[in-house]
Amino acid sequence: MSLATHQASTGRQIPDRLKTPLRRFLASWELLLLCVAVAVFILNSFASPYFLDPWNLSDATYNFTEKAMIAFAMALLIISGEIDLSVASIIALASTAMGFALQLGAETPLLILTGLGVGLLCGAFNGFLVTGLGLPSIVVTIGTMSLFRGISYIVLGDKAYTGYPSEFGFFGQGYVWWVITFELVLFAVTAVIFAILLHRTNFGRAVFAIGNNPVGALFSGIRVTRVKFALFLLTGLMSGVAAICLTSRLGATRPSIAFGWELEVVTMVVLGGVSILGGSGSIPGVAIAAFVMGMVTFGFGLLNVPGIVMSIFIGLLLIAVIALPRIVRQILARRKA
Amino acid sequence: MLANTQGIEDAHPQSAKGSKPALSLTGISKSFPGVKALSEVALELYPGEVTALVGENGAGKSTIVKILTGIYQPDEGEIVIDENRVTFPTAQDAGKAGVTAIHQETVLFDDLSVAENIFIGHAPKTRLGLINRGEMLNQAQNLLNRIGASIDPHVTLRELGIANKHLVAIARALSIDASIVIMDEPTASLSHKEIEETYELVERLKAEGKAILFISHKFDEIFRIADRYTVFRDGQMVGAGRIKDVSERELVKLMVGRSVDQVFPKRAPELGKEVLKVVGYSHPTEFEDIGFTLRSGEILGFYGLVGAGRSEFMQALFGVTRPSKGAIRIDDQVAVIRDPNEAIGHGIVYVPEDRGKQGAVKGLPIFQNISLPSLKETSRNGFLRLVEEFRLARDYTKRLDLRAAALDQDIGELSGGNQQKVVIAKWLATKPRVIILDEPTKGIDIGSKAAVHEFMAELAAEGLAVIMVSSEIPEILGMSDRVIVMREGRIAAEFEGPDLTPEHLVRAAAGIVEARP
Repeated sequence: MSLATHQASTGRQIPDRLKTPLRRFLASWELLLLCVAVAVFILNSFASPYFLDPWNLSDATYNFTEKAMIAFAMALLIISGEIDLSVASIIALASTAMGFALQLGAETPLLILTGLGVGLLCGAFNGFLVTGLGLPSIVVTIGTMSLFRGISYIVLGDKAYTGYPSEFGFFGQGYVWWVITFELVLFAVTAVIFAILLHRTNFGRAVFAIGNNPVGALFSGIRVTRVKFALFLLTGLMSGVAAICLTSRLGATRPSIAFGWELEVVTMVVLGGVSILGGSGSIPGVAIAAFVMGMVTFGFGLLNVPGIVMSIFIGLLLIAVIALPRIVRQILARRKA
Repeated sequence: MLANTQGIEDAHPQSAKGSKPALSLTGISKSFPGVKALSEVALELYPGEVTALVGENGAGKSTIVKILTGIYQPDEGEIVIDENRVTFPTAQDAGKAGVTAIHQETVLFDDLSVAENIFIGHAPKTRLGLINRGEMLNQAQNLLNRIGASIDPHVTLRELGIANKHLVAIARALSIDASIVIMDEPTASLSHKEIEETYELVERLKAEGKAILFISHKFDEIFRIADRYTVFRDGQMVGAGRIKDVSERELVKLMVGRSVDQVFPKRAPELGKEVLKVVGYSHPTEFEDIGFTLRSGEILGFYGLVGAGRSEFMQALFGVTRPSKGAIRIDDQVAVIRDPNEAIGHGIVYVPEDRGKQGAVKGLPIFQNISLPSLKETSRNGFLRLVEEFRLARDYTKRLDLRAAALDQDIGELSGGNQQKVVIAKWLATKPRVIILDEPTKGIDIGSKAAVHEFMAELAAEGLAVIMVSSEIPEILGMSDRVIVMREGRIAAEFEGPDLTPEHLVRAAAGIVEARP
């Protein structure tokens, strides 16, 4: 149909962009986070003379690499308006399954397939309950959070699986070059992959559209349930990846593995500027937030701050990050009035 | 009652010239990023009088309502109520000052009782601070009586029909003791009978001495119930006065800044071959046995009362819901449509009636809204190409004469009419075969309306097959080559040529059977 012939009609030309990308960046949450990251880094180096040691810094990255891998997938899920609180329990179940496979004599390749497979299965189960049966994801995944970890406890009780093969240790303990760990490289690679997926593909665009208006997205021809199901699968898969790294690093599986991580992962995502209501956010933001959180907890560690204080800090941080934009908006509104 | 109050109206001392305004706005300005929504506008409302606020979409009508109800804060200017200067930092403050608004779509709570809906947030309390149910029911009953609604305040809202829900919303607006009532297109989604009841209500409020701001796009009702008018154009106040001193033509001229004839584009339809054939489409609850054919270049109108199942059928045709029976043939090939994606693939697109919820994806920029169903074309191997998206958006927004600050502006910041343009642009960009327009001019002004009509005619002339669902008889008569009337989920009649008369349409829609001569 020759619709093109009409382009020369009366309409006025609207500019493409209101602000240049640079001006957008200068007013962005990501830049603010970057400044915080630098500040935390400098504070840490004052807090302890050992902080700037390259091997020490290398160890510090373990504080965020595994959680961040899940956080990238979780970011997409939260942007689409859903959430998965069962991620830490998926790690427990995947790790338990790997330990079980180990007992049956599985070698490293099969252990990895087991970890990834269980992650995918758990994600598929969550995805089916949410998209197939239309249940709210927050309730579904609180349920599966108990369910998945419960299975681990039944299988393991107070025992632990140990004796992972030495080459399996590479994923959580290995170095690619000098002080650069395998996990840090994996973190960087997944960050790039997820950034491209969310910001440069049709799939990512669909995620944003669904998060802003699921009905409008459906009426625009987006297969909303398919996209959401894929996001739960992806989150399960990344939990499986994290399970492999963590199990490899610890060299053992206990049912309490990664306990409470879902809170830290969600905090990371929200700190990274993803709206908890869905519809907006960015992967670079989440990556920087992961770095900030890792450095803060590591700094606390250097100062011998007890673990319970750290979890108080994480809780306060989560509330602050959600409340802050709202408070700022209210203050601005007051001032105008 | 109606005749009675009108009789009083003429001799009413309050509405005599020179009475003090209940509310006056002066020098009100309001800017949003990239747009000046209001520029030093003035508005006066008088007790016991209806002031009609008219203007095209984007003229600033919604903005002024939001300022009056405390949702937006003006950048400049003052609001004076009964000679006191006031500000409304929050919606509650506006309520306390006696300003209440009846919106097009008021949010109500389906599972609460009618009385609870009316008094939610300000229910009468006992001395212990608990809700005084007896008193609440009493007051609710009084309010409902006052607006002439025969609704039992005990029943759950879910049990009421649309029209009664609307009355509950009105009762709720009046439950705060308001002296200034804003009615934002109160008749936009009502049937003929309900509209009459709304007019009666306006007369009652007038008789009670309330100052009423009445926003409407319908000229017949403005001339019927308004005493005064104020016209906004492009964020400025361009005229105000008494309705009896102005003609419809003059009002339109003020609105659009030029003279517009309310005529429909002349068309010489050249019907092509059959594009779409629907046979026996049925749904368990919404519609039954719908069948028709559509040819390229044709505009097929669907007329009926609200609730006749027209939108429900169109959404099934678009794949949002699935029919229980029936088949579609496109270009004489059997087509199966299970979701909107497949419908788009077959070249069938749908411009929904509920623009805010189903049409626009608010939060996404304009260009992304436009490219959303066309991503397969603008992308390469699943990767976005922004250059192509902007090109697509530029082409189609230009064609539709969109008004916006930039293509990366959030669609939610646009006025209703401009949002509608983006939604239409989005579908044209997919190069469809069949376009379904569901109430395409509902709630948009005369200028945009004429543009949409012109555009529809243009599309049909290019060989597109157009289905238009509309409840406005002039629009149906003016635009359609053929009209199908639906009633209670079934096709009641089909008219074309000389049979296409208002009487036939209304009778068929209402189910009045007549012996054909």
